[in-house]
This record gives sequence, structure tokens and C-alpha cells, in this order.
Amino acid sequence: MSITITLIIQGLAFFAVAWLVMQFGWPGINKAIEERQAKIASGLAAADRGQKDLEDAQAKAQEIIKDARARAQVLVDQAAKRSNELVDEAKNTAMSEGERLISAARSEIAAESTRVRADLRDQVAALAVKGAEQVLGREVNASTHAALLDELAGQIAAHS
Amino acid sequence: MATEVESAGPVDMTGYIKHHLTHLSSGDGFNAIHLDSVFFKLLIAAVFLIVLLRVAGRATAGVPGKFQCAVEMVLDGIDSLVKDMFHGDRTFVTPLAITIFCMVFLMNFMDMIPVDLLPAIGESAGLEYLRVVPTADLSTTVGMALGVFLLIQYYGIKSKGIVTFFGEFLTAPFHANGVVGKVLCAFPNLLLRLIEEAVRPMSLSLRLFGNMYAGELIFILIACLTLGSTLGSWVPWVLGPIQFIAGFVWTAFHVLVITLQAFIFMMLTIVYLSMATEHH
Repeated sequence: MSITITLIIQGLAFFAVAWLVMQFGWPGINKAIEERQAKIASGLAAADRGQKDLEDAQAKAQEIIKDARARAQVLVDQAAKRSNELVDEAKNTAMSEGERLISAARSEIAAESTRVRADLRDQVAALAVKGAEQVLGREVNASTHAALLDELAGQIAAHS
Repeated sequence: MATEVESAGPVDMTGYIKHHLTHLSSGDGFNAIHLDSVFFKLLIAAVFLIVLLRVAGRATAGVPGKFQCAVEMVLDGIDSLVKDMFHGDRTFVTPLAITIFCMVFLMNFMDMIPVDLLPAIGESAGLEYLRVVPTADLSTTVGMALGVFLLIQYYGIKSKGIVTFFGEFLTAPFHANGVVGKVLCAFPNLLLRLIEEAVRPMSLSLRLFGNMYAGELIFILIACLTLGSTLGSWVPWVLGPIQFIAGFVWTAFHVLVITLQAFIFMMLTIVYLSMATEHH
């Protein structure tokens, strides 16, 4: 291999061009490459972020749905409870009303029977007086024998 | 090379240039195989494939590393270019465009390596001649252009059907109504079409070859400034800086040329393929 001055100068010229490219060509290319890398990195990061946001939103939606379900369940329970209460209340009211009506009827019946009994006593008394009149063949003065008659009527009433 | 001419007194520039422009080949005439072009092309293809496969194997869907990012930017850029220009199934066209661009660029890049370096290493390894830029070899560029040419025909037949495809040889670009008009137009149409088809691979290959060959030649001419000189003479002290500046300027300019030529080859391939698939 013959190293000549010509070859050495050629080599120097080559390295001078290499230096030129390194100095003025490479920074531009390097910048473009780095910009591209940054762009890709930010794009990937944005995609990741979007994915995460979506997952978060889905989790949140699930949470909200769960919450809503729970609240609906509570409402349903409350309604059921309230309706049971209403039914019970109505039943109680109806029962007490029925009892009230029954007792009213009973007292009315009692009052009626008392009245009828008094009436009957009076009639029996009158009948007894009439019977006594016919037995005695004369008129019985009711006012004279009032005490007697009343006692009689009371005995009848006690037997009836 | 340089060591021989030193003793010969006056510098043998013609011999130097001729030496640099001779391929390491086996066989003669049409059967000659340019071993240097084939070797470097295969070497570059291997490097390209290994790098691409490594990047593909390590590719991550997350934030990419810097190298993956750079590769993605090139591949994405080419894909969007293809998407803009080729309105069809891109499953083959995009990889083709990527391969053409990267391969042509890497082969052109061999021109940036100091023009005497690899031939000098080759010489010490016993190789008499060595040309390191495969795209400065007409065989390489014509080979690629013929590959593209065949693809153009394949895509044309595939998208138009064999009848329409060959029918267009006679009915486009001149259209006519009536039988007489059609017959009259058929011959010019055929002629134009054949010229058009022949010109495409020629322009594609000659453009790339011409640019790279001229670039290499200028590097060689710049190298002639201090050819065979020794530190004892005045030559390296006066012409050396001139060689350095000229070499520096031309190398820096060549960075643009090799990229542009790779880009043009790729773009024209896409354009030809998209023209082949579109109906007239």
C-alpha cells in the first residue's frame, strides 16, 4: 500500500467535509429526529391518558350506578314499609271503628231493652190492676194503692 | 501507481487516470464481468439489508430510538411520495422505491471516500485495478434501468390487460375516428411508443452513470495536482492547499449530487410505474 501526499490530502478533504456535515447538517437532522421522538412520546402519553381517563370514567359510572341502585333499593324498602304501615293502620282503624260500632249497638240495644222493660212493667202493672179490679169487682184507686201496685210491678219486672 | 511514476521523473497523469478508470474484470468484451462493481454492489446490498433488518427486528411501537427514528423518517417520506404519485397497490412499489433510493445513494456514496484510498488498499492486496463506485459503471446503471423497464411493462400489462396494453402501441398518443384515420395514426403511434419506451431506460441509466462518472473523474483530476510529489519539492506546499480546497468543495458539493441522483432515479421509477398503470 502506497501512502502518498495526494492520498493524505484527499483524506483531509474528506474529513473536512465530514466536519462540515457534522457542524451544519447533523444538528438539523438531529433536531428533526428529536422532534419526531417527542411527538411520538407525547402521542403515546396522550393515548395512555385517554385510556386511563376512559377507565376512570367507566369506574365512576359503575360507582354511580351502584349508588343509584342502593338508593332505589332504600326507596323501595321504605315504600314497602310505609305501605305495610298504612295497611296496618287501616286495619287498626277499621277494627276500632267496628268495635266502636258494636259497642254503640250494644248500648243502644241495652237502652232499648231497658225502655221496653219499663214499658212492659207499666203494662203489666196496668194489667195487674185490671185483673185485681175484676177480682174485687170494683175499681181500684190507683193512687190509693200505688205502693202496693208498684211493689207488684217490681216483682214482675224482677221475674221477667 | 504513484511510486512508479516518482522514479520516472515527469508525472504520468494519463497513466494514473487510465488506471483509475479501468475495472477489475474477468473475461473480455461483452463477457467481461466487472468484479469490483459486482463486489461493492453486493457488499453495499448486504450492509443495507443487515442494517434494515436489524432496525426492523428491533423496531418498537413505543418511542423509537434515534436510529430507528431516522430510518422511519426516510421510509415514511418515500412512502408518502409514492402515495402521492402512484395510485394503485403500493405493497411492491414502496419497497422498490426504498430499495432503489437507499442502494443508489449508498453506491454513490462510495464516491465520497478518498479516491485513492481503496485502490491503494486493493493494490497492496494484489488487485491491479479497483473502481469502487458501482454507479459509475454503465453496467450497473443499465442493469437497474432494465429492471425498471421490465417492471414498467409488467405493470402496464397487469393493470390494462394484454389487449389494451398492446392496443395502445397503435392508438396513443394520436387518436383518430374512423378506420382510415386509425390506420394512418397507427404507424406514428408505434414509432413514438417504441422511442418512448427505449428512451426511458437510456435516460435513467445514462443520467446516473454520467453524473457519477463525471464526479469520479473530477476527483481524479483534483488528485492529479499533487500526483507523485514528495515533501522535498515545492509541489505539495503550493498545489497541496489548492488540492485540499478543491477536494473539499467538490466533496461537499457531491453530497448533494449523490443524494439528488438517488432521489431522481427513485422518483422517475415511481413516475414511470404510475404512468404505466394509468389509462390513457
